[in-house]
Formats: sequence, C-alpha cells, structure tokens
Amino acid sequence: MRVKVLSRNPDDYLRETKLDLQRVPRNYDPALHPFEVPREYTRALNATKLERVFAKPFLSSLDGHRDGVNCMAKHPKSLSTVLSGACDGEVKIWNLTKRQCIRTIQAHEGFVRGMCARFCGTSFFTVGDDKTVKQWKMESPEYGEEEEPIHTILGKTVYTGIDHHWKEAVFATCGHQVDIWDEQRTSPMCSLTWGFDSISSVKFNPIETYLLGSCASDRNIVLYDMRKSTPLKKVILNMRTNTLCWNPMEAFVFTAANEDYNLYTFDMRYLESPVTVHMDHVSAVLDVDYSPTGKEFVSASFDKSVRIFPVDKGHSREVYHTKRMQHVITVKWTSDNKYILCGSDEMNIRLWKANASEKLGVLAPREKAAMNYNQKLKEKFQYHPQIRRIAQHRHLPKSIFCQIKEQRIMREARRRKELNRRKHSKPGSMPFVSERKKHIVAVVK
Amino acid sequence: MAAAAAAAANGGRSRTLHRRQRAGPGPAASASHGGGRGDTGSVSGRKDPFPGPAPLPRPRVKRFLRGTKEKAPRAKSQRLRWHLKLSGQREEAAAARAARLDLLLPEEPGFLEADPGEDTCTVTQGDIAEAVDIASAAKHFDLRLEQFGPYRLDYTRNGRHLLLGGRRGHVAAMDWQTKALMCEINVMETVTDVAWLHTETLLAVAQRRWLHVYDNQGLELNCLKSFPRRFTVLMIFFSLFLQNDKGFLQYLDISVGKEVAALCTRGGRLAVMAQNPANAIIHLGHSNGTVTLWSPTVSEPLVRMLCHRGALRALAVDPTGTYMASAGLDRKLRLFDLRTYRVLQELVLPQGAGHLAFSQRGLLAAACGDLVQVYKGVGKEVPPQPYLCHRPPRPPHGLRFCPFEDVLGAGHGHGFTSILVPGAGEANFDALENNPYRSRRQRQEWEVKALLEKVPAELITLDPTQLGHVDTASLQQKREERIQRLGFDPQAKAKFKPRRRAKGNNLLHRKRKVAHEEQRVNTTLHPSTAAAPPTHASPVQCPCCTAADRWQ
Repeated sequence: MRVKVLSRNPDDYLRETKLDLQRVPRNYDPALHPFEVPREYTRALNATKLERVFAKPFLSSLDGHRDGVNCMAKHPKSLSTVLSGACDGEVKIWNLTKRQCIRTIQAHEGFVRGMCARFCGTSFFTVGDDKTVKQWKMESPEYGEEEEPIHTILGKTVYTGIDHHWKEAVFATCGHQVDIWDEQRTSPMCSLTWGFDSISSVKFNPIETYLLGSCASDRNIVLYDMRKSTPLKKVILNMRTNTLCWNPMEAFVFTAANEDYNLYTFDMRYLESPVTVHMDHVSAVLDVDYSPTGKEFVSASFDKSVRIFPVDKGHSREVYHTKRMQHVITVKWTSDNKYILCGSDEMNIRLWKANASEKLGVLAPREKAAMNYNQKLKEKFQYHPQIRRIAQHRHLPKSIFCQIKEQRIMREARRRKELNRRKHSKPGSMPFVSERKKHIVAVVK
Repeated sequence: MAAAAAAAANGGRSRTLHRRQRAGPGPAASASHGGGRGDTGSVSGRKDPFPGPAPLPRPRVKRFLRGTKEKAPRAKSQRLRWHLKLSGQREEAAAARAARLDLLLPEEPGFLEADPGEDTCTVTQGDIAEAVDIASAAKHFDLRLEQFGPYRLDYTRNGRHLLLGGRRGHVAAMDWQTKALMCEINVMETVTDVAWLHTETLLAVAQRRWLHVYDNQGLELNCLKSFPRRFTVLMIFFSLFLQNDKGFLQYLDISVGKEVAALCTRGGRLAVMAQNPANAIIHLGHSNGTVTLWSPTVSEPLVRMLCHRGALRALAVDPTGTYMASAGLDRKLRLFDLRTYRVLQELVLPQGAGHLAFSQRGLLAAACGDLVQVYKGVGKEVPPQPYLCHRPPRPPHGLRFCPFEDVLGAGHGHGFTSILVPGAGEANFDALENNPYRSRRQRQEWEVKALLEKVPAELITLDPTQLGHVDTASLQQKREERIQRLGFDPQAKAKFKPRRRAKGNNLLHRKRKVAHEEQRVNTTLHPSTAAAPPTHASPVQCPCCTAADRWQ
C-alpha cells in the first residue's frame, strides 16, 4: 500500500520574524477563483466611482495680467516656465512651481497678437498691433539694465501671428500674407499668399520641419512648403478656422479649430475628408494644442470651457469649466503631459491637471500597481451601461447644458427634414453625404 | 537556472572579446543578447540543444483559458479586427504564463494506492495513520461527546477552524489542527444546524425558535427572528440562505443586514438544501423527488428536475459546479450533469445515503446507514469506484470535507470523528483567496477587500460569466432603432455595381433590370411593405421601449 496524505510544513508558509514580509503563495487555477467576472465588474464599478470622487483637476490660477490673456507660449527647455501675452501689450513670464510671475515686459502698444519661443530656449519673439516683431532675451535683465528687445522689426501691416521653425533660425509671421524671415535679416526671405483675405495663424510642422500651415479668413486652410516658396494646397471649409496645431507624433496630421463649434483632424495627404470630426463644443473653438504623446488634444472655446479630446474619437473625454472662467482664448498642454494651461479674457491663466483624478507626486510601487490595475479594469468594462453612465457623467454649467439640448433639437429637426425629403423624392436623387464630407467645400491644389 | 547562468557567463566573456575586436555599439548590444546569440555563438562554440522556451502541454494551457472562443463573423473595420487579434494573443500569453507558473506550486496532492490484489476499501484509518507522518496521523482523531446529542459540523472556508453543534445545545469552536479551543457554550435550546459566517470570528446557530449569531468567544451578537431548519452561508455575496418549515426560502444580506428576498417555494416542508459553489444557485430537494434551482432575483425556480422516485434525502454539488449528487428514499445515488441536467451515473445503495459531501478534488462522501463511504472518479469512470470506508461510533449526522486538507469530518451521536481521505483536498491554496496560515492582520485586510468587492444579489444567475458575454439582443434593438432614425442602414453592404456596361442594344432589357434592382432596394429596407411604390414604414412603434430601458 502506498499512501501520501497532504501535510504542509508551517515553516514554509509562515514568516520567521515580525520584521519579514508575510508569504503569499499563489495558485492561478480558475477553480480556486470563483465568480471572476462579477467580482471584477464590482471592482471596476468601484474604481469608476472613486475616479469621479477624486476628480479634482483645478490646481491654481495665475493672477497678474491687467487685461485679457491673448496668447501663450511654452518654454522649449524648461517645464516650469510659461510666457503669456495680454491685450494691453504686456508679456509676463511665469514660474509654474512657485505660481508667480517672474518677469513683466511692456512689449507692445495694443494687443500682443502672437508669441513664440525659439527652439533653443534663449529668446522669444512677439508680434503686436503696433506692426512690430520684437525678439527678447529669455533671461531676466541684470540689475540696472532696462528691458530692451534684442531686435525690433518694423512692418507695414499688422501681424496677427508668429511661429518659429523647430530646427533652423527661421520664423514665419502672418497678417496680410505669410512671410518667412531669417533671424538676421530685417526683410522677409519670401512672402507666400493665396487668396485676398487676412491670415489669422501660422504653424510650423514639428516633424517635417519645412512644412507650414496657415488659417485664413476666407475659410480656407493653406499648406506651404518652405523649400518651394509657393503654397502647396488648400482646403476650403464651411466656416473659418481659428487656429491649427500639428500632431507632434504623426508627421502629416493636424487639427483645426473651427468657428462652426467643431474641430477637424486632417491628414495632409488626403484633404478631401477629415480623419475625424470632433463635436462637443457649443460655441466657436478658439485654440487647440496637442499633448506631447500625440494621442489627445485640448481645445479652448468661446463657450467658457476647455475640452480634452482623444485623437481617434469624435467626442471629448473631459470638460473643464469654472464659474470664474470666461471665454477661453488660448490653451496649452505642458510638455510633461501632465498639465493644461488656459488663458481667458478675464485676465487669469488657470492651471489644470490633464488627468483629473491623477495623484501627483511620487507614488509608492504598490500604489502604482493598484492604479494600473484599476485603470485596466475600467478599460475592460467601459462599455457596460452602468459603468459607462458613471464614467462619462460630467457636471456642466447651465448655459452649456441648455445649449447642448437646444443644438440637439436643431440637429434632430434637420435630420428629420432630410429624411422626409429623401422619402418623398426619387430614390437616388438625394445621395447620402457622410458627416465628414459635409463640412468641406473644396480642395484646391 | 544553471543553463541561464552559463549563458550569462558566456555572454560576458564574448562581450570582452567583442570589445577588443570592434569599437561598435558593443557592450549594450551584446549584453542584451546574452545566451541567445545565433551564428556568433558562445565562446565554447556550443549551441543550446533546446532553444526557446520550454514547450507547454496544450491541456495544461487550456485549463487556464476562460470560456470558449466564439466564432464571430469577420469584423468590418480593420481596427476592430486588429484589436480582436491582439486581445486573443494576450489571452493566450496569459494562459501560457499561468501554466508555466504551475511548476512553482509547492505541494503535491495526496494519494492512496493499494497493493495489486487488494482493494483500497479494505484499508482502515489505523493503517493509514501508521503509514503517514506524525502531523498527518494527528489529523485523524475522535472527540467523544456523548452527552449532548448528535453533532452537526462546519469548517471555515480556509479549513482551519471547526465548529461543532450538538442537538442538546452544545456549541464548540476550535482550531482543529492545533486543537486550540476558541469557545464552548451551551445555548440551552435545541440546535438544528451550525455554520461559520464569512470568517472565523462569527458563527450562526439555528436554535429551536430563531437563528442566533455569536462571535467566536461565545457572546451572542444577533438574533434573526425567522425559523430555519437548514441554512447555508454564501461567501462571495456575504449572505445567508435559510429555509424554513413553511416552505419559504429566505435570502439575507449579512453585510448590510437586509432581507433581499423571501421566495415561496410551494414545495412543502423543506429539509434538503445544497448550494452550487460555482454560481451561488440554491438547490432544494422536495418530497416528491424533484430538485428545484433558485436564484434570489427570480420568484419562480430556474430549473425543475425530477431526480428520484421518492423523496430526496441528500444533495451535494461539486465545487466546479459540473456535477450534482442526489440520494433519495429509493436507495439510489444519482449523479447529474448540471450543464445538461441529465443523469450521468446511478448507484444502488443497500441502505441509501442520508448525507452527501463533495471534496475539492471531486471525491464524493456518502453516509450510508452507519457507514461513511468515499467514492472516487465521479463523472469520469462508470461507475464511481468506492475508495474508502469508515464506520464511526454512531451513524453520522453531518458530513463535511475540510478545504485544503485530506480530511473528512463526520459528526455523529457520540461526538465527532476526523477521517483521513488521501487526495481529497486541494494541495496548493491561493493566499489571496483563502489562506489557512493567515495572520490577524491578513484576515482583516481580506475582510475589507471582500466587502468592497461584494457582488450584489442581482448578479446571481445560472451562468456566472454572463456579464462577460456580448448582449446581442440589446445590440440588435439598438441597430434597428438607428436604421429607423437615419432612414438607411449604415452597416449594409453597398449595392454591387458591375464595372462594364452590358453589351448590345437591349435598352429595354437594361431598363427592366434597373427597375428590378430599385424594387429590391425598397424591399430590403422595408421588408414589411410588399411590391411597388417606395414608401417608408411608419416610425417606431413603442417609443418608450428602447435599448436603454433594459437597464432601468
């Protein structure tokens, strides 16, 4: 007879001293883990609810401007510095860790229309209503020195925007036409124009650095190639685009913030139809900026809110608003992917978290593991109705909420009308136009 | 381990060689390639005779794969196809990893093999106790408690603590492995059943009139004023299922203290009850030979099975939820497959079984008269083989296998006997689920986490994985609503347009063909309307009944 009875040695399962960790032997056999799916579902539900409990995105407000904030620029090398230009011609440089203004410059008479930092981080450029382009040093002036620009360029027309090349000593301004300047010269290298209306913004592509995109008042977006000194192609939309932003990870993708409350993500190779139409704002979208990962972007709108959109989805994942924040003119996503800065016309710059329920600071390894697990659970069960209901619920100010309802009713009415027209007309006479193509008028090469 | 160390050493040596030979990327590149380099080889020139990871037997990997892969139709969008492929690969990788970790399990299950010509049934407990080590032999013991009547018993979920309840009011709780007594009281009333609640700190005793809850020091904490004859405790849901004389099945949530459901079973007096550990469904045995399956959310039984020709005497469900054993007054022991609800095997017992219990590894214990018989190979061999036999001092009144130990506890008229059954218990426990060696701190943490992930009663269904399945009915309804709202089906295939025009002068033929196609378009959109003019159907019939209403 051969017999063996299960006999465990307690020394193998108990710790030796109080200073040791407890032993946790694991067995992953599914028979020992009953009710996996309901338990994971309950954990996912708890995780979603806790995420909403801990969603406190507002960090602080940078106070000091005496007029509405018109434009912002990020420092390319320092995460804690941000520059902002106001409507009274003042430029302020802020230290985000201390949340204080470290330097103030009276740069222009009139609005500061645009500003950009040089890629090396030693100087920055501003353009204003006084038809000048000024270059300033990034360092504070020494004791006893005056605030003087390094370089001033006087122009003939008002410049409305400026952007610097990502690698070379070249910058572009826009106003009446797009001018490309060499830093050493006082007259532009070349001027590009296509159409007769003014151009509101210009942006260089961070990856294919010779490409430029600009938005004009005659509702078109024009793309230029710096090497050719002629415009490449343009796309005409239904309404005017306010700004555009290139995706820092995908070379040919850019997102345009439009007046018809939407944002359009285009692939520059196929401008006939946008890759995605992002619809959630209830008023004109004024500014857009990409996250450094290239997977999300943030948009600022005239409807006093800031929304975060994933690049591949048509609706926002997050909306930030405050009673005190009025029309948001400009928005930036910081280069460490954690914070969002928005400047509004009530003279404040607000600092928000990009992930509202994220815990800032150094996390212990167990905390990190628990957060990763919760994140994975939320992703796994995100389509279940109860969990989706909790995860997508956001409180909205009454104005936005009512506007959304009203616009939904208007859209439904238009859809019903179209349906009826199609019903009562010859089949095939009213073709179905996809939502994407509806907003494009033409593409011209 | 030796192979890996050797490979690392080889890699180190070749790294220095390479540094002398070329000033290339060098150290970083060669360090990462350690022992797996191909043609450059190690310094000795030997190649790994077993390259790559060790092969895994497919049945072992299959054990860790959850559910079956449904053959879904090929997804239209490329992104979705890529997602599905990726998640399939991840599942396989996870199952393979878990199967590989099987190697690290510390214990092996027990076994008993008789000599050729001998039967394991003839092996006595004394023989087994002599043949095994002292610690295991100490697990076979007899408690002589002759005064206080036949005993019912319960083990905690981690198999560490034992609760005994005698008919004449004696209740004792102890750590049976160290024989440390936790408490011993006499409740001064008839005790019909005892059970541990979720941990070893709370116990419930069904007394003459009411159900009392005590803590493990013997202090009475609560009294639930409903009369139960039998009750079971459901661990995942923190709940008690009680059945009483009037044929009512009650479901109490002990974490919040609310009665969730009281179902009228209409089956008369209930005496036989078993819980399916895999899906938390209660099986009730009635006096007309039927077994009904109940969930707290539904007021009718989910399934009604005719099991025996007479009344039921005992019921047990195996831990994986695949088999159910039932014993009736017709002296038959039947094994049912719970997937198909059909009889698998049948045994005729000379005295019939009064109590049944399944162990973690699928052994079935039956109390036949005054004998305790253990059967092996339930569901696999035909018929199940008698494995062990034991005659306790008196006919048994309660039978329970101890989790994670090779021990069967039998309570009888003269006390309690602990019987050694090699191969009954699961050898390797998962410390995050049930840990027999947990400390007080670990128990507290476990309790908090279990309360946080307590599954609500609405999720008790016949199939516990139902939440993980795609709700096709809702999807269909949503799709139909969308078609009606938009006026066309966005997912329908476009009409096939032939590339070249038909040759010839048959304009009439062409016109007839086109007219036919137009008619086909109308009928596909609106199958209800018959032939000619294209009129769309009226809008949705009941506007209140949408897919979203399902969840309210």
